[in-house]
Amino acid sequence: MTGTDQPILETRALSKRFSIGTRFSSEGRRVVHAVDNVSLTVRRGETVGLVGESGCGKSTLARCLVRLYDITDGQLLFDGDDITAKSLAELRPVRRRLQMVFQDPSASLNPRRRVGDLVAEPLRVHAKLTSAGIRERVAELFDLVGLLPDHVGRYPHEFSGGQRQRVGIARAIALNPDLVVLDEPVSALDVSVQAQIVNLLADLQDKLKLTYIFIAHDLSVVRQVSTRIAVMYLGSIVEEGPSEEVFSAPAHPYSQALISAVPVVETTPSGRRKRIILSGDVPSPLKPPAGCRFHPRCPVAKDRCRTERPALVEHKSGRKVACHFPASV
Amino acid sequence: MMLSVRDLKVSFRTDDGLVRAIDGVSFDLEEGEILGVVGESGSGKTVSLLAVMGLITDPNAVIEGSIRYKGRELVGLPARELRRLRGNEIAMIFQDPMTALTPVYTIGWQIAEQIQAHQRLSRSAALDRVEELLAEVNFPNPREAMSRYPHQLSGGMRQRAVIAMALSCNPALLVADEPTTALDVTVQAGILDLVRKLRATHNSAVVFITHDMGVVSELADRVMVMYAGRIVERGSRSELFNDPSHPYTRALLGSIPPLTGDKPRRLPAIPGSPPSLLRLPKGCAFGPRCPARYEPCDAGKPDLAGGSHAAACFRVAQA
Repeated sequence: MTGTDQPILETRALSKRFSIGTRFSSEGRRVVHAVDNVSLTVRRGETVGLVGESGCGKSTLARCLVRLYDITDGQLLFDGDDITAKSLAELRPVRRRLQMVFQDPSASLNPRRRVGDLVAEPLRVHAKLTSAGIRERVAELFDLVGLLPDHVGRYPHEFSGGQRQRVGIARAIALNPDLVVLDEPVSALDVSVQAQIVNLLADLQDKLKLTYIFIAHDLSVVRQVSTRIAVMYLGSIVEEGPSEEVFSAPAHPYSQALISAVPVVETTPSGRRKRIILSGDVPSPLKPPAGCRFHPRCPVAKDRCRTERPALVEHKSGRKVACHFPASV
Repeated sequence: MMLSVRDLKVSFRTDDGLVRAIDGVSFDLEEGEILGVVGESGSGKTVSLLAVMGLITDPNAVIEGSIRYKGRELVGLPARELRRLRGNEIAMIFQDPMTALTPVYTIGWQIAEQIQAHQRLSRSAALDRVEELLAEVNFPNPREAMSRYPHQLSGGMRQRAVIAMALSCNPALLVADEPTTALDVTVQAGILDLVRKLRATHNSAVVFITHDMGVVSELADRVMVMYAGRIVERGSRSELFNDPSHPYTRALLGSIPPLTGDKPRRLPAIPGSPPSLLRLPKGCAFGPRCPARYEPCDAGKPDLAGGSHAAACFRVAQA
């Protein structure tokens, strides 16, 4: 599915920095560049997958996109409207159109409240509905996400992980949002249940014309749901493009290593793919390396990479890569 | 035969009644063999291996059956004797390396302590050995890493330190419980390489517990699939992945989205969720979710039937 031209969400050189420590701690005040200069355009109806290792800034970026974090630098546009610095009151009408689903449904659902109440909460806050209207809408939502009507009176602990995530999803779609940011929505679930939730998300997208930003560390799940993907490394996007193309022919050496490291079920031993094992660990975002941030681990790094930082530029139609020496695709 | 487990049953007395976490598990392991144990949470994969290690200390646990290690019965062995085996002959690594490391001592100190607990070595000789081990698990600068505390290392480095600790006495048997689940795929690839290297250099046997079918297919010689406390299918890697016979194995493999090739519009999902051990169905535990269920499935629990490639399913037995 391809979107129309009007972007639903756009970031322009968005950065998020955190200050850590105090002037009394041994290293003094320091600044973490969690998200660094990210420009991303999300079009209506598409699913953008964000992938990268832990600590690459994908969750921080997600939280900036729904303004759970304040943005340090750059701009955030929602449906053409600059919401970078909007106050909480100004954000309210935007929030109902911009929702988020979190990884751990047992941590994001209040254990003391019935799930019917939890799903009704956004309706009470945002929608002008009578209590009968709210009940009706909750029943509709339960049906939409595959929960039974008599589940409304139960507490979160009475559900399995998959059902709890359905509650989390029902809450997120309660107000008919345009965009849902999903941060690792299936990672905490059992393998046999993951597929159900992936299918549910696809069905809801079709029915409700939703746009998704999907974050997961499981690359095969990301490939399944995404139309486009963005690969992040140390706070920046290093490659972006149509999901199929990036997975079959990654251009950035980091994307290549990441995709090659995924263990897959191989039925024929000859079909085994060549694996690129990266040396070392992800450097600390407190002291990112000079030049290309990936160069200390990059198997093809040259002198230029050590001094000059590559920008994310169009490499081929629809594909961007931040590398001086991208693989020819 | 290095390890031979027969009809292992583990039950826990709880407020809600007796819970049978493991219900008749039998398997063998030879030297130098890597056995993959796959299953979802609550399938009993961890508990069965904790029982093998003698690490179930819960007074409400009841362990029945036989666990023979190099011919010696481990069930009922005094704690002292077991302790001598653990660490020396049998080592275990867990999902979260912080459970195996103390935050208040340096990495070097902890690994040296472990070596000295099992071998007569001077402190300086033990420290030299630590340096060797850390180099073996790909620490770029082992001497420097030895003076670090666990919180100063990344998750992947911590897990490698725990592996170095597990390897310190050249264990004949290594039990790894989801050692890469909390790690990134790029780091995971390195850990899997280390496990293969251990087998190649020391001919150690490895039991690798995971929920990731991809990991098992890359690493294991033989595979055991567990569901609700029982083995539902076992076989060699190629038997299991080329010709899965139990409906659960087939469904599980089918529900994993592919990384290459055509992607299905919808994933073939398994309905429902894994059963609670407190409320197991009367017949086959997978019955309520099984596409191939028929009358016999509701009546009794199928036994594991077959030779090296075996499945616990009435349909398979009938075919």
